[in-house]
Amino acid sequence: MQDLRKTITVDSKIEQVEKLTAFVEKAIEPYGPTAKAQMQINVAVDELFSNVVHYSGSDTMTLILEVNQDILTATLTFIDEGVAYDPLGKMDPDVSLPADEREIGGLGIFLVKKTMDNLEYKREGNRNILKVIKKLS
Amino acid sequence: MLIEKKVENAVMEIALDGRLDTMTAPQLETEIMGKLDGITDLRFDFVKLTYISSAGLRVLLTAQKIMNKQGRMIVQNVCPEIKDILEVTGFSDILTIV
Repeated sequence: MQDLRKTITVDSKIEQVEKLTAFVEKAIEPYGPTAKAQMQINVAVDELFSNVVHYSGSDTMTLILEVNQDILTATLTFIDEGVAYDPLGKMDPDVSLPADEREIGGLGIFLVKKTMDNLEYKREGNRNILKVIKKLS
Repeated sequence: MLIEKKVENAVMEIALDGRLDTMTAPQLETEIMGKLDGITDLRFDFVKLTYISSAGLRVLLTAQKIMNKQGRMIVQNVCPEIKDILEVTGFSDILTIV
């Protein structure tokens, strides 16, 4: 099998999340990701795309998916043209608090940080570029 | 996602089938919010749930906060992948997983 590079652009509308997830699932399936890695990638797509939809003001979002088959690693690059927003700059929520003291926000990015192997954010011109790396094995 | 809801006296049982994600979480919210009056026992069945994201976790947290005041809430049949997400987010300490 060869290395892979695929790109998809979707409208910044929440119902597009299924199209995005299906795109990623289908593309990485031949590389035999573990069920856990697959689900964690789906969660990351859901969280990062819904952030773009809810907060960026961008009309579209582009996702570049790359798979390096030698090291069985997927790289997902999320690109939008919305307001500058570095999700990695957010404080992590305190996950040790009891239910009544837990905050509703910040959980999505926290989950992505915890389950992905590497995240990098940069602002280039009018674009937010967030690169996420995850091992498939 | 399919939501199967049964109410018998003070017991509400909710079985979820599919993905509890950013798109479907509002569906679950609609099924629960404002409908827990008089319920002292809320039971979720995750046997057919394949996926959960933070939008789903938020609905569970809201439900748990309500049930803390008026009874109990349990979550049954959680698959290992979802269990892992609950652990990472500290939800395994908040929820009663049986």
